[in-house]
Amino acid sequence: MKKPPGGILAIFEHIDSATASVSALKKVGYNDLTVYSPVPSHELEVAVGHSVSPVRLWTLFGGLAGLASGFALTLWTSYDYPIVVGGKGIGSIPPYIVIAFELTILFGALSTVAGLIVHAIRNARSAAYDPRCTDDRIGIFVPCPVERRRQVEEVLRTNGAEEVRVEI
Amino acid sequence: MATAVQVEKTGKPPTYARITRDIAATLGRPSKGYYILFGAVLAVLGIGFIALLYQIRYGLGVAGYVPPVMWGVYITTFVFWVGIAHSGTLISAILFLFRSAWRTSVYRTAEAMTVFAVMTAGLFPLIHVGRLWFAYWLIPYPNQRQLWVNFKSPLVWDLFAIGTYFTVSTVFLIVGLVPDVAAVRDKARGWRKKLYTITSVGWRGTDQQWRHYTRAYLYLAALATPLVLSVHSVVSWDFAVSIVPGWHATIFAPYFVAGAIYSGVALVITLLVPLRKVFKLEEYITQDHFENLGKLMLLTGLIVGYAYVVEFFIAWYSGNPFEQDAFYNRAFGEYWWASWTMLLCNGALPFLLWIRKVRRSIPVLFVISLFVNLGMWFERFVIIVVSLSFEYEPYAMGHYTPTWVEWAILAGSFAWFFMWFLLFAKNFPTVSITEVKEIIPMPRRKERS
Repeated sequence: MKKPPGGILAIFEHIDSATASVSALKKVGYNDLTVYSPVPSHELEVAVGHSVSPVRLWTLFGGLAGLASGFALTLWTSYDYPIVVGGKGIGSIPPYIVIAFELTILFGALSTVAGLIVHAIRNARSAAYDPRCTDDRIGIFVPCPVERRRQVEEVLRTNGAEEVRVEI
Repeated sequence: MATAVQVEKTGKPPTYARITRDIAATLGRPSKGYYILFGAVLAVLGIGFIALLYQIRYGLGVAGYVPPVMWGVYITTFVFWVGIAHSGTLISAILFLFRSAWRTSVYRTAEAMTVFAVMTAGLFPLIHVGRLWFAYWLIPYPNQRQLWVNFKSPLVWDLFAIGTYFTVSTVFLIVGLVPDVAAVRDKARGWRKKLYTITSVGWRGTDQQWRHYTRAYLYLAALATPLVLSVHSVVSWDFAVSIVPGWHATIFAPYFVAGAIYSGVALVITLLVPLRKVFKLEEYITQDHFENLGKLMLLTGLIVGYAYVVEFFIAWYSGNPFEQDAFYNRAFGEYWWASWTMLLCNGALPFLLWIRKVRRSIPVLFVISLFVNLGMWFERFVIIVVSLSFEYEPYAMGHYTPTWVEWAILAGSFAWFFMWFLLFAKNFPTVSITEVKEIIPMPRRKERS
């Protein structure tokens, strides 16, 4: 496991303090922040300034792959062993829509989860963490060298951090 | 938001810390009562399993099948459990897309119920085919006989629909659980700490994680919504695509979906009433939640009742003597008691829910939910057995009576379901910690101007 980089971890009780700190830190050039929160917060997301998650592309391509494989599987197997059932054509599209539909959903959902795993689990352990952040506190971890710690600490404290500590 | 959580006497909603504590408290050491209940469930499951072994040893003849009734209790119970599953996805996915806040405290229970109900349902086609060790023949795979499954058959659609439904609802449940398990992990000790550390897959609630998570959850909900509507439609086509009088109706797909949600909501109520009491979650699962569930039951119950009436009307209006006779037989034939159980429990009983007092009385709702479940099982019995026993030719009609093997396996299926639910309830949060917090605004230093 990669050793966490040194930096400063601040704990906040109030969401507006945390949002203000993120904005202030970004203003002085700290963009590599990790913000922990017990619930997703739109305010924090806007302050950190993320673009829309790429997970949606995983959903799209997974779904399309499912649709294509649904029709491919049914049509190919029909012509591979052609047998007339109920007087219908060998490859008859309407009943195959059901299979294609289900596989669209299946592949779409599984690939969404694959996307979530790839994007969200990656980097998860690279920053210092405090277990209160899944309960009722917001945490901000700022990776920074020793000589700049005083400045970061000051920004965090003036914006209302409840606790600021150095993590190595 | 008024219905979301009970506001304490102080007029303030519970704090985040208290929510974590209250819900994590449900996961402690089980009481004696839990072990007794669990033991009883295992005993019933054992009886069901012995009956299954008996059937495997002596063949399907031990079930009460009499031509032309070759679908009986097993298929009835299969449809029943698939139906039960539906309300979970309704509450977790459809109400999520509608942003309805009250779903937050009940959706986890409903969703877990979905997964376990599909796990139960999935057993029945296997039990029903008799030689269950050949069940893999349902799956299309390259084999030395160079044969493929018949994709024009609704039974194969069923395999794909149920398989997809099981996979997607399990995935959806697990994804929803991850942040909660992380919250519990940070409070737990001992072996539970280890369990939750593994099952929370490194969740820490970072900005990046939430960014991807909220999107993924939205898309999963958006995929689960059409899925849930498709699954019971496909199950209904197992019947509607054939030409048996009483089955061959275009109304079947919406009729089955409404019935599925109806029975599912009833089982959610059946499960939530004791759960709330035992886990002391009165503050999170309130009367308002039960009233909303009651309203859902009223809505779907009315659709189901309407479908019953329309079925009879169409049979009469069609001018088709087979269809007319089938429905006369349904109401006044030898299975009249099953039909009237269904009509009274599902068609008449929901009218009580028009009364606000009934919707807000938890004991009354609990009793209604039990009757609805009984009625919905009989609905499937009526559709399947009664229609099959009275087809076209009088000399080919037969009377089917379920045997003890079938009843034992039916009882075993309930035990199987409750076994999973009991295991889940003591090891994972049955009320979503994260989502209950989400409906309460985070504390602020300065009030917003």
